[in-house]
This record gives sequence, structure tokens and C-alpha cells, in this order.
Amino acid sequence: MKFRERAWKFGANVDTDAIIPGRYLNTTDPAELAQHCLENENPRFVKEAKKGDIIVADTNFGCGSSREHAPIAIKAKNISCVIAKSFARIFYRNALNMGLPIIESDEAVDGIEDGHELEVDLGKGLIKNCTTNQTFKANPIPPFIQRIIDDGGLIEHISKKTAKASEVD
Amino acid sequence: MDMTITQKIIAEHAGLKEVHPGQLINAKVDIAMCHDVTGPLAIAQFTRAGVKKVFNKEKVVLVPDHSTPNKDIKSAENSKILRLFAKEQGITHYYEVGRGGICHALLPEKGLVVPGDLVVGADSHTCTYGALGAFSTGVGSTDLAAAMATGELWFKVPETTKFVYRGKLKPWVGGKDLILYAIGEIGVDGALYQAIEFTGETIETLPMDARFTMANMAIEAGAKNGIFFCDKITEEYTKNRAKRKYKLYTSDKEAQYKEVKEFDVSKIEPQVAFPHLPSNTKGVSEVEKVFIDQAVIGSCTNGRLDDLRGAAKVLKGRKVSPNVRLIVTPATQSIYRQAMKEGLLEIFVDAGAAISPPTCGPCMGGHMGVLAKGERAIATTNRNFVGRMGHPESEVYLANPAITAASAILGMIGSPEELGLRN
Repeated sequence: MKFRERAWKFGANVDTDAIIPGRYLNTTDPAELAQHCLENENPRFVKEAKKGDIIVADTNFGCGSSREHAPIAIKAKNISCVIAKSFARIFYRNALNMGLPIIESDEAVDGIEDGHELEVDLGKGLIKNCTTNQTFKANPIPPFIQRIIDDGGLIEHISKKTAKASEVD
Repeated sequence: MDMTITQKIIAEHAGLKEVHPGQLINAKVDIAMCHDVTGPLAIAQFTRAGVKKVFNKEKVVLVPDHSTPNKDIKSAENSKILRLFAKEQGITHYYEVGRGGICHALLPEKGLVVPGDLVVGADSHTCTYGALGAFSTGVGSTDLAAAMATGELWFKVPETTKFVYRGKLKPWVGGKDLILYAIGEIGVDGALYQAIEFTGETIETLPMDARFTMANMAIEAGAKNGIFFCDKITEEYTKNRAKRKYKLYTSDKEAQYKEVKEFDVSKIEPQVAFPHLPSNTKGVSEVEKVFIDQAVIGSCTNGRLDDLRGAAKVLKGRKVSPNVRLIVTPATQSIYRQAMKEGLLEIFVDAGAAISPPTCGPCMGGHMGVLAKGERAIATTNRNFVGRMGHPESEVYLANPAITAASAILGMIGSPEELGLRN
């Protein structure tokens, strides 16, 4: 998958309360969650982010609670991927389980400013900053995880396995 | 190969002789837990996967505790999803409002988690159960759905950082201060993806409630799990509660650690974490005039009996400042009952506190103590992120129960010593 979109830059330790505040956890509706995505952190993001835009953040993105509402809100906001120096571990798993692409790269984060235009090639792990004409290489996703993504998320992955098992029965 | 306690428990549950940090393994889980916020999503995913029955109805635990007693219609619908699923699946351990409490206080209390277990919960503070010498970690709803369906889940074996605490505790210092101090030292991602092993002579005499507090906040340093070795104190707690046979593990002598951090506790005073990160800590004596509007004593971090006793010691015969609302939330029904029996609730009511039923409400800015714009609270909870307890322009300061109680009386952040109290 390859796309070219605007970067929204965030700092370190963007927590899950910032991504989707606790007061909205009485719903699981993706569209409703998307309306409040990162509203405490940057109110402009909620209003102006367009389909396909990219979140770029410093270290420990998604720290805090295990709420899957966080990657759901980002995905429903039609963000195409999140690039960060590091992710909090529960968020990391949740994002992949939801099929939200996430990429870790120190140099890309340092070389991207808010509003820059990026071209991302997930398959090759390449991030191009079209504004500065720099290209960065990201850590590849391990094959073990890639299979879950290829199946369309963890649930689809399990359904496939369950279907196979019942064929044997 | 010498292994840490975390490696050993994971290896045992993965059916392997040994595991090394970084290895990806598939492991059997002993308990899979979710609540009224993460449960409905997990149940939806479980259903989508086309699975008909949970892997074991004794091992899936459902606890409505976050927006309960339900704060609005939407949360009532969420609790209903959990309740109906419990009925339909014949779940043994479903704890209704009035018969349960906050999951992370409830599961150990009921003996549902035992030493040596591998536990996953769709809540980040699931790491609390590490206090019992179990490997326990928080996961999202989809992972939890997978665990409910198959009884298994994949994990990356974490590296371990060892915390060694030595020395005698200062007055009014407890588990909360030991963990806040450590987070202040290493930062909110200081143990990212790692296991934290809590050891040292200070830990050996630390009561269970303090250990739960410490394991609970391992996630605030980014850790995958926090873990203690079992000793007499753990066995004393476990022996009459355990619903299953348990197994005691310790780390081998030559086990590999990513890092070893030593703490001389005789130099640690009660800690206060300033907004907006749990790592933003100061000793209480360094806190200048910080006036507060609300004080909250409770949560999965500090809503246990020892916590309430600590607060009551400070509040006894005193009054909460006219400018402060004090909310006390016993973490479970049985803690509530015991607090009543010991006269603690009377002390709180006499002091002018509001006593809430067990709930996660105020900690997550859900209900039962939400802050208005510009308001400031001190709380025994675990997170002080922007807007955590309400309005994005409100503030939360984290502290132990005695400091929180003293601050409620003083109207500003301070210690029991400022009230002339000696511990």
C-alpha cells in the first residue's frame, strides 16, 4: 500500500486519554469516537484532518489505558498510518489487531514537521518527505505479525483458523 | 539456562522448557478478564469470529466496574451486553453491581488469580496481579476476544528490569511512593515492553495491599508486567482464597536482566506526581502552595483496606476543608463491609467526605467526581494525563492515601505532619 498525504506532528507520550478521552467511552461507535479523536491534544486535528492524513509522533505513542477505542478512533478518522519513534505496547498490539498500520522510525520522526507532505510505502517500509525531498527507512514488520495484517486483523485471522479446523472435523 | 520468574511462567504456559527475551510464543491463559468498557468490544469481536462458546466458562471473568452503577443510558447498554453474554455463556465469575467491585481489587480478593498464573485482561492495570507472583498483562479487546475463544494468546517474551528496594521506610511512605519515585526516575516509557521485578529487603516486609499498588502502576512506566516473588506474606494472603492449585516461582541466580535499579528507601519521602504525567514527581516537602478543589481516595491503585485505614488515621476527628470535596471509594463490596465494621466509614462521613460505591468512575473522568474547567484534584489514582478526571483544563496530582487525606483537610497539598500527626 502506497499513499501521499499531510503529516500531523505530535510530541512524546501521547496517551490514550488524549487520543480518546474517558468521557466518550460509553460508546463503541467508530464514527462517534472519530469526532473526538485527539481533541484535547490538538483541536485543529479533529476539524481539519483529511482522509489519508498521517500522524507523526515522538516516543511512547498510545501510552496509558488498553482501550481499543483509541486505534478505532484513529482508523475511523481515516488516518492512513501512524509513524512514531516508539509505541506503548498495548497500543501497538491493538493497532495491528485493528489493521491500523503503524511504523517505528526515529529518523523519519526527526525529519518531519507538522504540515509536511509524505509518501509512505508500507510494503517497502519507506517514508518519503516530499516537502524536504528526504527518504527514510523504517523497521520492517515481522512476518508473524504480517500474516495477521494480511488476513485483515486478528479476528479474521482466527476465523480462518477456526474454519480450517472445522473442515478437518 | 537461568531464567527470571517472568520467563519461567511464560515458558510453562507455552509448553516450552525455556524462553528468551524477544522470542514470540503462544501461551495458554489461566484467566481472561474484561469489564463494561472493553467487554462489549471484545464480545463483538468474539461474535464476529464466529465462535460459539468461550474456551472455559470458569476462566473468563466479567466485571462491570467502570461506568457502574451505570452513569447514563449508553453505559447501561454496555453493562447489559456484558450481563447477557455472561448468562448466555454460563460464565461462573460475573460480578454484578453490589456484589463485586473494581476488577483489579476483586480478582485477587476472590482467589481467582493465584501465584504462577498467566493472566490477560482487557484493561491496562491488569498488571496488578503480578503482586501475587503471576504473569499478568493488559491487552486490548480484540486480543481478549481471541483469548476468550481459544484460551491462548501470542506474546513477545519481555526483558526484565529489576528494582531493588533497600532500607527502612520513612513515616507516611507506602507502596504508592515507592512506585511513583521509581517512575519519576525512569520515566513513563522507562520500562517499555519490559517486565519489572520488584525485590529487596524493603519489599520482603511490605504488605500485600502495598504490593498490589506497586504492580498496578508498572504500566505507568510502560512495562508489560510487574512481578513479585511469593513469600510468607503472599502465601498468607493466598492460602484461604485460592480457587485453584498454585505454583511458586522465583528467578534463577544467573537470570539475565536488562538493568538493575537500586533504591535506598530511607531517602524517599511521600511522593506527589504533578500534572500531566505520573513521572512528574516531587517529594511532598518540595510542594509549594497547591490549592485543591477535590480529593479522591480509591481506585484499583489505592482503594484497598490498608489504603482506607491510612486515610482514616489522618481524617479521624478532623474536617475536610470547606473548599474541598473528598470522595472515598472502597474498591470492593467486601472492603466496603470491612471498612464499615472497623468504623472507617464513620470517620469519613464525620470528616465530611462522600462515600461512593465501588467504581472506576472518577479515576477515568467518567462519573462520580468529574472535574470542571480549571479545577484541581489530588487523587490516589494512577494517571494524571490531560483531562483524565474531566475537563481538559483540569489538573490531577497523584499521591498516597495519607497525603491525599491530609491535603483534603488542609485545602492544599500537604502531609499529615502539617496536621501535627506522627506515624
